[in-house]
Amino acid sequence: MLKILKSGLFTAVQDIGRYGYLNKGVPVAGFMDGFSAKKTNQLLDNDENAAVLEITMTGPTVMFEEETFITMGGALLSVTLNNKPIENYEVLKVRKGDILSYGKLEKGFRSYLAVKGGFKTPLVLGSRSLFSSITKKNHLADGDTLEYEACAHFEPKISKLKVDSFLDETNLKVSQGPEYENLSDRQLEMLFAKKFSISNENNRMAYQLEEKIEGIQTSMITSATLPGTVQLTPSGKLIVLMKDGQTTGGYPRILQLSDRAISVLAQKKYGDEVEFKLN
Amino acid sequence: MNSYSISIRPFGIHAILVEWPGRVDVAILEDILQFTQYLKECCLKDEEWEIVPAYNSVTLIYRQEPIAFDQLKTKLLNWYKEDIKVVKRQKILWNLPVCYDEDFGIDLNEISQKSAMSINEIVSLHTSHVYTVFGIGFLPGFTYLGGLPEVLEFNRRSQPRSKVLRGSVGLAGKQTGIYPQDSPGGWNIIGNCSVPMFDPKAKEPCFVSVGDQVQFYKITRAEYDLHKIESEVGIYKLKKTVLDA
Repeated sequence: MLKILKSGLFTAVQDIGRYGYLNKGVPVAGFMDGFSAKKTNQLLDNDENAAVLEITMTGPTVMFEEETFITMGGALLSVTLNNKPIENYEVLKVRKGDILSYGKLEKGFRSYLAVKGGFKTPLVLGSRSLFSSITKKNHLADGDTLEYEACAHFEPKISKLKVDSFLDETNLKVSQGPEYENLSDRQLEMLFAKKFSISNENNRMAYQLEEKIEGIQTSMITSATLPGTVQLTPSGKLIVLMKDGQTTGGYPRILQLSDRAISVLAQKKYGDEVEFKLN
Repeated sequence: MNSYSISIRPFGIHAILVEWPGRVDVAILEDILQFTQYLKECCLKDEEWEIVPAYNSVTLIYRQEPIAFDQLKTKLLNWYKEDIKVVKRQKILWNLPVCYDEDFGIDLNEISQKSAMSINEIVSLHTSHVYTVFGIGFLPGFTYLGGLPEVLEFNRRSQPRSKVLRGSVGLAGKQTGIYPQDSPGGWNIIGNCSVPMFDPKAKEPCFVSVGDQVQFYKITRAEYDLHKIESEVGIYKLKKTVLDA
C-alpha cells in the first residue's frame, strides 16, 4: 500500500485512459503526458496500461508500506527518498516505511511516479484513471491509500535513462482539423507565425492560449472532439482540448495535435510559450 | 443508393470525419445511424474502432495505428453507395419521468412570464412531444434532444449558474436535455428527471444512444421520491418501447 501523507496540489491516479465510451460522452482521461508516463512504466517492465500517479506542480509526500521498485518521470522536481535526493528515470528499490517527498518544481508541470506492477486501484469502466462523475473523486487527498503488489526482486533491463530535452520542446506538431479549410490566409499566418502563451485557464480538460487570432463567426453544428483538438472561438481564442476534455463541441476544430504534442503541452504551465508546426 | 452527398475529412491521424449536409434533420440522423450500423456489421469489424455520431456527422476513431486517409475515404464513399439497409437497426423510445414542481423547475416562472404561457401549458407542451437524441456529449450521459416545439425555444441564460442540480431538465435554443450530474450550466431549468442518466457502476452506464427517442411524462413529488429510492436499490424499471428504425 502507498500512503498519501500529503497530497500536493493535484495528485491523481492515471493509466492510458478509458476507451469505448466516447459515444456516451465519457472523456478518455488518462496520462496527460503519455510520452513520459510510458517511459516510467517501460523502465519497470510494466504493462503500458499500468496505473501511475500523476503529480501536478506541487508534489505529495508518500510512504511505501511494502517493498517494491519505483521510477519517476516527466516534470523535474526536487525529490527525496528518505531525505536523499533522487532523479527521474532511475529504477530504485524502496522498502517498507520509506518516505518519498516532493519539493520544488524545477521544469515542466506534471511528474509521474510508477511502481512495479502499477497501482491496483479500482477499475471503473475499464480504467483506473480518476475523472469526476465516473470515479468518486478526481484527485487524491491526505490519508488516501493506494494498493500495489509487493515486489522483492526485479532486474531492470535498463536501470537508468538519460533525461532528454523533451521538457524544453516548444513546438507542437499538428495536423489539419476538420475545419482547417475554413481558415483565411490571414488566420493561417497568425496561427503559424507567432508564439502562443499558456493562459491561466489550463487544466486536464483544456489549455486556453493567451494570444488571440481573428475569430470565426460561422456557427457549427455540434460534432465530436478529441484530446488535442484545437478549437477556435468566435472571439479568436484558441482552446486546446486535453485528456479530460468534453467529447463534443460546437467550435470549429482547426488543428489536431499529435500524441507527442499533447504530451509536450501537458508539461507547460501558465506563461510558457508554444508554437504550432503543421505536419 | 443513398441520397445524401457526404464529405469526408481528416481529423488528425487517428480519426476521420464523415459529414452530411449541415442541418439538423431527423432524416439525416437516421441515414447516419443506418450507415454507422452498416459500418459496424459489415466493414469496420475491428472493435477498437470508436464511432461517435452527432447531428449531421459521424467521427471514426482508431487509436491503434494511423489511419491511411485517402484509402479509407475511398472505401467509405464506396461503402456508402452499397445497400446499407441490409442491416437492421432498432431504436428505443424512452419514457422518462419528470417532476415539474417549482422546487426543481426553478426557471418555470420566468419563462412563463416571457412566453405568456401558464406553467401548466409549458409542462403539457414539453411532455406532449417526442424528442430525438441528436448527440451525447458535454458531460457523460448528457443528451442533446431535438424536436422541441418552437414556442419552447428560449435562449440560454445570460449568466450561467455555477451549479445546476443533477437530473435537471433544461431548455436552450432548439434543444432540451437532462443534466446527468451536478454541473455548471446555462440552460433554463423546468424540472427534474428521477432516473439517473449516467451510472458508472451499471453494465451499460448510459442507457440512451444517439438516434433514440425520448418522451417525458409528469410525475408528482411523491412519485419522484419513490422513483429515486427504487433507482438506488436497483428495482426501478424504465419504460421503453423498441421501434424498428
